[in-house]
Amino acid sequence: MALFEAKQLHKRFGDQVVLENISLTFEEGQLTGIMGPNGAGKSTCFNVLTGRFRPDRGNVSFAGEDITGLSPREIASKGISRSFQIMNLFNEETALDNVLLSSPTVRKQGFSMLHDLGRNTAARDSAFAVLSRVGLADKADISAGSLSYGERRALEIGVALAAEPRLLFLDEPTAGLGAEGTARLVELIAQLKRQLTIVIIEHDMRFLFNLADRISVIHWGQVIAEGTPNQLRENPWVQRSNLGALA
Amino acid sequence: MLGPSRYAPLVTAPMLITVAVLATTPLWLKQIGLYQYLALEIMIWMLFALGHNLLLGYGGLPSFGHGAYFGIGAYAFGLLQLKAGAGLIAGLLGAILVSALLGALVAAFISHRRGIYYALLTIAFGQVFWFVAMKWHSVTGGEDGLLNIKRPDLSLGFADVSLRSNEAFFYFALVVFAVALIALWRLVHSPFGRVLRAIKQNEMRASFVGHNVWLYKWLAFTLSASIAGLAGALFAMAQQSAYPNVMSLHNSGFVVMMVLIGGGLVSFWGPVIGALVFILSRDLLGAYTETWLLWFGLVFIGMVLYQPNGVAGVWQAWRAKRRTSLAAQNTLVSLPVAAAKEA
Repeated sequence: MALFEAKQLHKRFGDQVVLENISLTFEEGQLTGIMGPNGAGKSTCFNVLTGRFRPDRGNVSFAGEDITGLSPREIASKGISRSFQIMNLFNEETALDNVLLSSPTVRKQGFSMLHDLGRNTAARDSAFAVLSRVGLADKADISAGSLSYGERRALEIGVALAAEPRLLFLDEPTAGLGAEGTARLVELIAQLKRQLTIVIIEHDMRFLFNLADRISVIHWGQVIAEGTPNQLRENPWVQRSNLGALA
Repeated sequence: MLGPSRYAPLVTAPMLITVAVLATTPLWLKQIGLYQYLALEIMIWMLFALGHNLLLGYGGLPSFGHGAYFGIGAYAFGLLQLKAGAGLIAGLLGAILVSALLGALVAAFISHRRGIYYALLTIAFGQVFWFVAMKWHSVTGGEDGLLNIKRPDLSLGFADVSLRSNEAFFYFALVVFAVALIALWRLVHSPFGRVLRAIKQNEMRASFVGHNVWLYKWLAFTLSASIAGLAGALFAMAQQSAYPNVMSLHNSGFVVMMVLIGGGLVSFWGPVIGALVFILSRDLLGAYTETWLLWFGLVFIGMVLYQPNGVAGVWQAWRAKRRTSLAAQNTLVSLPVAAAKEA
């Protein structure tokens, strides 16, 4: 059974149908890419899958449990984490504290008014470990708002990882990164790939074809093609829509 | 402000200094031409403003109707004493409880909002309470309010201490203030306070990493309302009465001005500084001109335009500048030394 399954999702905003009968499955331990041109419905799809929007029809299940229509908080607490395309950090806090505030420790202890996180060295150490994983160990004490663009992108992923998810959604992680930044990101994601289930939205073809085990192509609010990168290169739909040529 | 991964001690030097300065006021306040009641009133406003800053500074939640809970505390204390014969401690705890309950009720209606909608709703609810205080004559005494509220004796078990004089009551209120100060300091540095500040910075992200944003906002409002209620109860004792003006929109506005002028957005101590500046200006400027609030308002406008982080912000900026210039001097001094060592 797949770790995550979305069946026949529909979503419309006003009279605009954004998702039409989308079904997706993500297998445990795999890295799935979702690609498609701008405005294809990729981001809306992500937002429906992670609880930001409720689907009009269809359902979503995670680890055999129906999670359709749950709030982002509930979905997060089940072990699904996400990063954002437009960065969403706690800008006044340091990089380390951004990760710490997103950790399961703080999620559990959040209503405690007596603890002091400053004394919780275990939580601090694991936050620091996450920060090292995304390559920001030497920036731990710098506030998120003062980090460079590339560092903020890395921290985006760090904050998502801090929650210790089973399933990680990454929304256009390469957006705005140069070649060097993208190369570093490929390295990071290749490391994470063995450790948890990952779903990435991208329109950087090369990036996805290099990393993904499976790819789903979304266009006009529908899944128009699915398969391994090699299968997709052969797919007439993909070739006709000029996506394959780039890969 | 200390970050979440930094340890905050239970008691700090500024805390000790604040309490020590307040504690010595009976010795020198009269000598400089002021009076003990002023220190009492300033301290009560400091407490009210500290509670308000839990919402505004730490939660980023603008409550512009917070005078209501200050007033509810005052009325609750008065009513418990006049109608139920409650003593000092029962009256104070009762006032905290009533303002917490009403705060919790209001918070349940507004905690899914933020920004301007949040602010407008707090004003609306604040006005509802004010209106009730004005019109429910049989209970609240209408426009006259509740008169002849006494300062009950403090029972220590072996002896009763009279709080009737301003000095005695001042010392009692100082103990309450000191305890509340430590509790609030602990609260804002607890995981609860940390997450609240994270929600202020990015509500959406906070919910996506799994925090129950609504509940945090609800609890912050409820706690803040109970602090306001405690301050209000002390105010009722100080004034020996409770009247609608206590919970008016004026008082709601004053406490916001105190928090902002003092620098509550960047410092725990902002509200304390702000309350001091505000009440002192009222008395000192007020001695010269009846239109003191006009001048104070102009200063406030200037402050918001040019120093939005208030007095505490100016202080922090000055310290940061001094630190960098000292660091620069040190490198200048150490460079020749390092060169000498290498040679």
